[in-house]
Amino acid sequence: MEISDKEFFAPGHRACAGCGATIGVRLALKVLGENTVAISATGCLEVISTPYPETAWEIPWMHVAFENAAAVASGVEAALKSQGKTDTTVVVFGGDGGTADIGLQALSGAMERGHNLIYICYDNEAYMNTGIQRSGATPYGASTTTSPHGKESFGEDKPKKNMPMIMAAHGVPYVATASISYPEDFMKKVKKAAEVEGPAYIHLQQPCTTGWGYNPAKTIELGRLAVETGSWILYEIEEGEFKVTYRPIQRRAVNEYLNAQKRFKHLTDLEKERIQSHVDAICIELKI
Amino acid sequence: MVSVGAAVKEPGSTRKNKTGSWRTFKPILDKEKCIECENCIMFCPEGCINKDYDIDYDYCKGCGICEEECPVKAIKMERE
Repeated sequence: MEISDKEFFAPGHRACAGCGATIGVRLALKVLGENTVAISATGCLEVISTPYPETAWEIPWMHVAFENAAAVASGVEAALKSQGKTDTTVVVFGGDGGTADIGLQALSGAMERGHNLIYICYDNEAYMNTGIQRSGATPYGASTTTSPHGKESFGEDKPKKNMPMIMAAHGVPYVATASISYPEDFMKKVKKAAEVEGPAYIHLQQPCTTGWGYNPAKTIELGRLAVETGSWILYEIEEGEFKVTYRPIQRRAVNEYLNAQKRFKHLTDLEKERIQSHVDAICIELKI
Repeated sequence: MVSVGAAVKEPGSTRKNKTGSWRTFKPILDKEKCIECENCIMFCPEGCINKDYDIDYDYCKGCGICEEECPVKAIKMERE
């Protein structure tokens, strides 16, 4: 695949050392290139990339509010269309909070209306920017500041909201999951999403050193562990056709993934086994 | 017209902010050992390793992902 040497996301941004979100944005923009307009929901990415009066973006970028990134993108797409600029790509970067919780209705509307845009959810599995509060995308068992572990609370006691499947239920032409640790797979999916006519949704898992609690050097390793243990599955749904795009040669124990992170430190062996059997059930169904 | 919101007219202007000062450990890349696999270029959160494998220390925050992901151990983190 032809990828640009050029960077469209400048250094000097305020992301934590070892940030996964910025890796995801860099890789996506390398595929999409210069003729792209980006929209962000409120979140880590918006805050770290645009400390006024500076911006890290080398392409036009817009942020309005937490809940309406998809609505803003719809407007931008419609405006470009009316100007005849149909070769310009419109891409949204929303965090898991801005996508699965706060921005869900705007996103659902944009998908329903069939705007020609790409929505990339960079999923770090909690509201990291405001101090690690749980979101709908926080996985079962994770300790966050609003789902803490302790005598009275176990940590997050609800399963992770299945965002990509909610998007697939809209009948949009392209839905995929991805991980920053598998850049080729992710970039192929971004390319497909750009080529498809109509809305495309990519759910990108990206480890967060601050919120997950691990050494910043391990960001890529953690993303890899999620996929190799079957905790995060890479697939795509093209015109309704479901396909797993990466299968680990030998699926590793979920414990390897859980034990590497502070947010799962409190889990007992029994709880870890419960998570393992949940992962097993999904992986067996998908023949992973 | 009442002006709402804010506009930044200089793309990539965060370059004014040299995040290299955040660093405690500095990656040193040995070009003799390097096999040009591009892992470090792809995975750098700052995008501050260029295609000639020169690291821009003005911006490198010293996260250590490049050392971790180098398959031939051509990058070593050294204390500043």
